[in-house]
Amino acid sequence: MARYAMAIDTKRCVGCSDCVAACQTENNVPIGFCRDWIVEEMHGQYPTLDLEIRSERCNHCADSPCVRSCPTGASHYADGGIVLVTPEECIGCKACIVSCPYDARYVHPEGYVDKCTFCIHRVKEGKDPACVSVCPTHAFIFGDLEDTNSEISKVLRTRKNKTLIPEAGTEPHIFYLI
Amino acid sequence: MQELTITSGRMNPGIDPVLHAWGWEIPVYLFLGGLAAGLLFFSAYFYLKGKENTFVTAVKTAPMFVPVILGIGLGALFLDLSHKLYFWRLYTTIRLESPMSWGAWTLMFIFPLSVLWSATFLKDVFPSWECKIPFVARFIEWLKKKRTWMAYGLILFSAVLGMYTGILLSAFNARPFWNTSILGPLFLISGFSTGAAFILLMSKDEEERKMFSRIDMVLIVIELFLIVHLFMGFLASTQVHVEAAQLFLGGPYTAVFWTFVAGLGLVVPLLAEFMEFRGVHIPVKIPALLVLLGGLILRFIVVDAGQSSRWLYKFMQ
Ligand code: SF4
Ligand code: SF4
Repeated sequence: MARYAMAIDTKRCVGCSDCVAACQTENNVPIGFCRDWIVEEMHGQYPTLDLEIRSERCNHCADSPCVRSCPTGASHYADGGIVLVTPEECIGCKACIVSCPYDARYVHPEGYVDKCTFCIHRVKEGKDPACVSVCPTHAFIFGDLEDTNSEISKVLRTRKNKTLIPEAGTEPHIFYLI
Repeated sequence: MQELTITSGRMNPGIDPVLHAWGWEIPVYLFLGGLAAGLLFFSAYFYLKGKENTFVTAVKTAPMFVPVILGIGLGALFLDLSHKLYFWRLYTTIRLESPMSWGAWTLMFIFPLSVLWSATFLKDVFPSWECKIPFVARFIEWLKKKRTWMAYGLILFSAVLGMYTGILLSAFNARPFWNTSILGPLFLISGFSTGAAFILLMSKDEEERKMFSRIDMVLIVIELFLIVHLFMGFLASTQVHVEAAQLFLGGPYTAVFWTFVAGLGLVVPLLAEFMEFRGVHIPVKIPALLVLLGGLILRFIVVDAGQSSRWLYKFMQ
């Protein structure tokens, strides 16, 4: 079994938002919504300001409150630990939306709940997610953590990295190289 | 200094700048669920105590309202769903990890049970009513013999229902203000207290009113204690929880919560009932109405405050 994850290099990311646009096109994200977004975080005091730019999205948590809280099983773990919503099973109760500490989900105008899918349709064809393949600075590494020789496994062994709010206890699988 | 911005302009409707996934429907659903749980509990409890002819309103009359109350509650839940055509999916699986799921199933049991339970008292409440269909009449006669069993079932399910109205929220780690084990017991007790208030409103019998006035007083004291406990718990917890509590201790919810829920919804009715007890005459309808209103507002505020307490992106508010 694979365990997909993403490592995003905050030292490379310039915050151009190409990943956001690529996702919207690839996945027909309705106008006014987004499945990924760019956060800029400034730390410290002038003149030693430190800027961190992050491309954020659903963390495809291994212990997902959204999957746990879903009454119908519409939110589920698909291949490789990717967290997905099956629209035909979703009743739109929004329990998963309030359960997500990353606020990564929204109600699609058609009524079901939607969010990042790690572009599972592309991954199944052996391709990278749209955001990963479009990034001009190659800030993303997408791959399988179970495979110890994969690029992502290697980079997580060698580079210092973090996840967002690990204290929320959901085992997020988006890693930020810092 | 720490400064955050979303530079790609995220503004997902219903999520940003403040989470607003649940509107009025969920608080109404939780309020009516709690009220129904209270009414069924008192009815079943005093039936088992052999008080059906002493506390007539509580045991026989109040349950008549329950199917209607539950019906409206379920209606509100249905209105909240954004993918309504798939509603039936709720009942194709049971997922015990999901309060939404086992709550929906609890309602599935308690609703018919409450209909059957009140059917057995129809003749007592409406003496002139005659069941025209012999088969149904026979069925009701048969049911009457099963009242004890039904009462035990009701006590169990009403406790589960009352707790569920709080656990539905407290199961969410992601919303610091909901993330406390006090919410289950608080909503249970508050639900029972609104149930007692509802009975107080309807009862014409002096002895019954005295009894439910006393019950209500005890429940209100427990509720106040739980509220204090709730805030102490938050203040002793992590940063996000302290921030959640501060929404009520100086933050935007301070005035509404302490005036309407704690003041008018709990302390004033408590004093009124206490004075009544001491012989000062206060129309019992006033504290009863206040308790009901306070219970409703409590749920609105808690549902709302939970959604405005988040882990990330606080800067957007
Ligand atoms: S980030 Fe949110 S939506 Fe994504 S898996 Fe985790 S809890 Fe679920
Ligand atoms: S909104 Fe849909 S996916 Fe989310 S918990 Fe409800 S049924 Fe599951």
